Amino acid sequence: MTTTPNVVLHVADVHKRFGGLHALSDIDLQVIEGETHAIIGPNGAGKSTLLNVIIGKLAPTSGQVVFDGAVLTGRKPHQINQLGIARVFQTPEIFADLSVLHNVMIPAFAKRDGAFQVNMLRGLGSESAIRREAEELLADVGLYERRDSHAGALSRGDKRRMELAMCLIQHPRLLLLDEPTAGMSRHDTNTTIELLQKIKARGMTKVIIEHDMHVVFSLADKISVLSGGKIIAEGLPDAIRGNEKVQEAYLGGAHRLEAH
Amino acid sequence: MFEVIFLQFLNGLDKGAAYALIALGLTLVFGTLGVVNFAHGALFMLGAFCAVTVRMVLTMETVTIDPEQLSPWGAPLEIREPLMQAWLGDTGAVLVNYSVPLSLLITIPVMFVIGVALERGIIKHFYKRTHAEQILVTFGLAIVAQEVIKAFFGPNPMPQPMPDAARGAADIGAWLGMQANIITYPVWRLIYFLFAAVVIGGVFAFLQFTTFGMVVRAGMADRETVGLLGINIDRRFTFMFGLAAVVAGMAGVMYTPLLPPNYHIGMDFLVLSFVVVVVGGMGSLPGAVAAGFLLGILQSFASMTQVKAVFPGIDQIIIYLVAVVILLVRPRGLMGRRGVMES
Amino acid sequence: MSSSRNDLLLSVGFALVVLAMPIWLAPFGAGYPDLLQRFMIYGIFAVGFNILFGLTGYLSFGHAAFFGVGSYTAVWSFKLLSLDAFPALILAVIVSGLFALVIGYLSLRRSGIYFSILTLAFAQMSYNLAYSVLTPITNGETGLQLTLRDPRVLDAITGQTYVGQPVPTLLGQQLSGYAGFYFCAFFLIVAFVLAQRIAGSPFGMMLKAIKSNQTRMQFTGFNTRPYALSAFLISGMYAGLAGALLAVTDPLAGAERMQWTASGEVVLMTILGGVGTLVGPVIGAWLIKYFENILSALNDQILVRFYSFLPEGVSELAVKVTSKFVGDGWFLTLGLVFVLVVIFLPGGIMEGVRRLANLFRRPGAPTPRPTAHVQPAE
Repeated sequence: MTTTPNVVLHVADVHKRFGGLHALSDIDLQVIEGETHAIIGPNGAGKSTLLNVIIGKLAPTSGQVVFDGAVLTGRKPHQINQLGIARVFQTPEIFADLSVLHNVMIPAFAKRDGAFQVNMLRGLGSESAIRREAEELLADVGLYERRDSHAGALSRGDKRRMELAMCLIQHPRLLLLDEPTAGMSRHDTNTTIELLQKIKARGMTKVIIEHDMHVVFSLADKISVLSGGKIIAEGLPDAIRGNEKVQEAYLGGAHRLEAH
Repeated sequence: MFEVIFLQFLNGLDKGAAYALIALGLTLVFGTLGVVNFAHGALFMLGAFCAVTVRMVLTMETVTIDPEQLSPWGAPLEIREPLMQAWLGDTGAVLVNYSVPLSLLITIPVMFVIGVALERGIIKHFYKRTHAEQILVTFGLAIVAQEVIKAFFGPNPMPQPMPDAARGAADIGAWLGMQANIITYPVWRLIYFLFAAVVIGGVFAFLQFTTFGMVVRAGMADRETVGLLGINIDRRFTFMFGLAAVVAGMAGVMYTPLLPPNYHIGMDFLVLSFVVVVVGGMGSLPGAVAAGFLLGILQSFASMTQVKAVFPGIDQIIIYLVAVVILLVRPRGLMGRRGVMES
Repeated sequence: MSSSRNDLLLSVGFALVVLAMPIWLAPFGAGYPDLLQRFMIYGIFAVGFNILFGLTGYLSFGHAAFFGVGSYTAVWSFKLLSLDAFPALILAVIVSGLFALVIGYLSLRRSGIYFSILTLAFAQMSYNLAYSVLTPITNGETGLQLTLRDPRVLDAITGQTYVGQPVPTLLGQQLSGYAGFYFCAFFLIVAFVLAQRIAGSPFGMMLKAIKSNQTRMQFTGFNTRPYALSAFLISGMYAGLAGALLAVTDPLAGAERMQWTASGEVVLMTILGGVGTLVGPVIGAWLIKYFENILSALNDQILVRFYSFLPEGVSELAVKVTSKFVGDGWFLTLGLVFVLVVIFLPGGIMEGVRRLANLFRRPGAPTPRPTAHVQPAE
């Protein structure tokens, strides 16, 4: 298999079977540096399975996932992160007992010190570079005022934004977003979209798994449509919007795919 | 050689039966309420002391001092008259003789009330708290229970005689058509094993064949769905806690003739029973029972001199060793479901 | 106000409180060296336990094993090498550290209650073995003690000789009485400052993060197991140091120090004081040892005198009831207090103090924000 220099993530001929069930067949997906690539599809289309294969939680039956020349399959979560992949979860995974500021500082240490280091000679007080960067990011996501609150006390939308800041501080080469607006109010959804658009301006490569069309069409440069474990269409948002096959498969033709 | 092995097998049965009974209750509580109950051993101990109390009551005596007569030491003679015999004659003597099995009648309601009170009073506030906190509060309760017993009964073991009829040994070898007096087995141990088998069978039958049991099993599998059906699962689970307490208590009562109970007998058994539960698989009732017997028998084999000659000290650690190996190699135990309590 | 100055104030304050204990504890009847030494030793044990349980959230029920190993190692060092305390302490920390490394490596392959049961199983194995096959090393039930015939190689080389019953020393000075107390106090202060250092460092923050959300840690790029193992190792070494100090003050090591009830005791201390806080576990250890000392010494005669102001029948009843909770019954009191704390005050005494402080603070006054790093990992 060949990887062109600017392909960051390459899901190459991936099949995944659970018993007799073909959860994923013949998935081939290339994510180009700097683009926002959305993967959409109806429930049960295999979106979560694909995500789990990408992050190495599930081993594909055949095929492999290559990130920046490194095969991801079989690596542990922390190793995958150390390669430069950060992830936002469907339900925010945060350090609920720690302060917002610390939540954002912690990932910076993983970036700077690696997967394990007993770093106890210097106090947290002297880690001013990391602190400053965390504070700047918190200002970017609008949480600077709440930097000393317990993260667990934040609203769901705020937790999501904090989680984004936790990912951004690592300057990942690839950011995976698993339904970043799931369960959010309209207002929170909109602020999240704005935030993601702001990140987009920074040119970070992103893969978004999402079923909210509004979110997808506001953000994606390229869309892959997954249905029945296969990619049935791939292309620019406008092309996808007009694609009959997608309309049919996605919602059985009952609704039209449109941005709100 | 066969005889030796068979004998060790038998020797493991009664201890295994005790492990199985305690582990069964632990698993019931864990499976239904999701609570890790470190006070379960204390319930075993409380049951044992029910038997002690019943015997103390049955053997109460009136002491009259007869100044006319002198004891061999020159003090006025104390005439002790057992109350039971005085009131009931021979029936009284029979009651005293059968005090251990009789105390089951008292133990069942007492333990049920204790169990329900514990659950309603304390445990229920811990459903939503972490397993560490559940361990801590039940650990504290276990300390309280054993210290209360120590305060009233003192620190020393209190031997409980078995009924005269159950003394001596049964010649199991002869029953099975082998030479006489090769394989003999104390009758009370045999009774204990049969008793455990009946109790375990009863609990399984109850869960299997009654509507109540069906609901409880469904609740063990998926509490929320059952709750959605409009069934009051909490009350049933409270009952199950009471039932677990009764099972532990009965196991404690019947074990008293084999091992004189003291206040920390519960803790001694608890640590082992937890190991048993883990080996059987957290949340699996058949696993708990199977592992209980298995470990009892293994322990019995490990204490054979031939085995100890090869692995010195193995009898002291065999159960823990098995637990460590099982936990590291197969963390869900022999029959446990995947993912229970792994978070 | 910089947090490093707060740290410094706290450690200096702590050191002063500890060193002045013979003075300020005297009115409470606790100002004598024997008890003070135990305060120091169990303080170290609890501080170390808290590094594992308080920071990472892993509840070990087997830490007494490391305490016991520390004691045995120290006594063997007194017997074979020298009566000087330093080789004994160093060896004890190393050996218990190795022990903790092996047990921790295996136990940390599982988490939650499985971890607790694994540590419990290992500790019980050590305890049972110490009583049976390992009798040549542990001297079984009698306990390991010093004798006149011990070889003491290093002492023999340096030509040290002793008259009478051998006792541990420090550079030739006997470590009994207040000397022993100040020796132990030195180690408690060092242990405390080190724990403070850990809690306030990036490393400590990682441990708290593991407690809070292990999954997030992994997806954030941290290999969590070595972090937890480091915490386990450090707390095991603390336990070994404490065990060795107990052997210094009383050179007799028995297997009962390794029993799981002893592991339970350090859990009680930590919870009672306030798990995850710096001073909480030390306070918990002091309180438990203090009340153990006071309450377990009370007997019926003392009680009768105490209640003599009451009318006759009432005073008898009072004596009878009270006697269940003191003397041998002191553990009942401890158990009850513990249950109440876990139910009503899961953060222990430290949380109680915080609540009281909030109660008395002028309503409307701004609540001081927790300076991010003294904040406990609850």
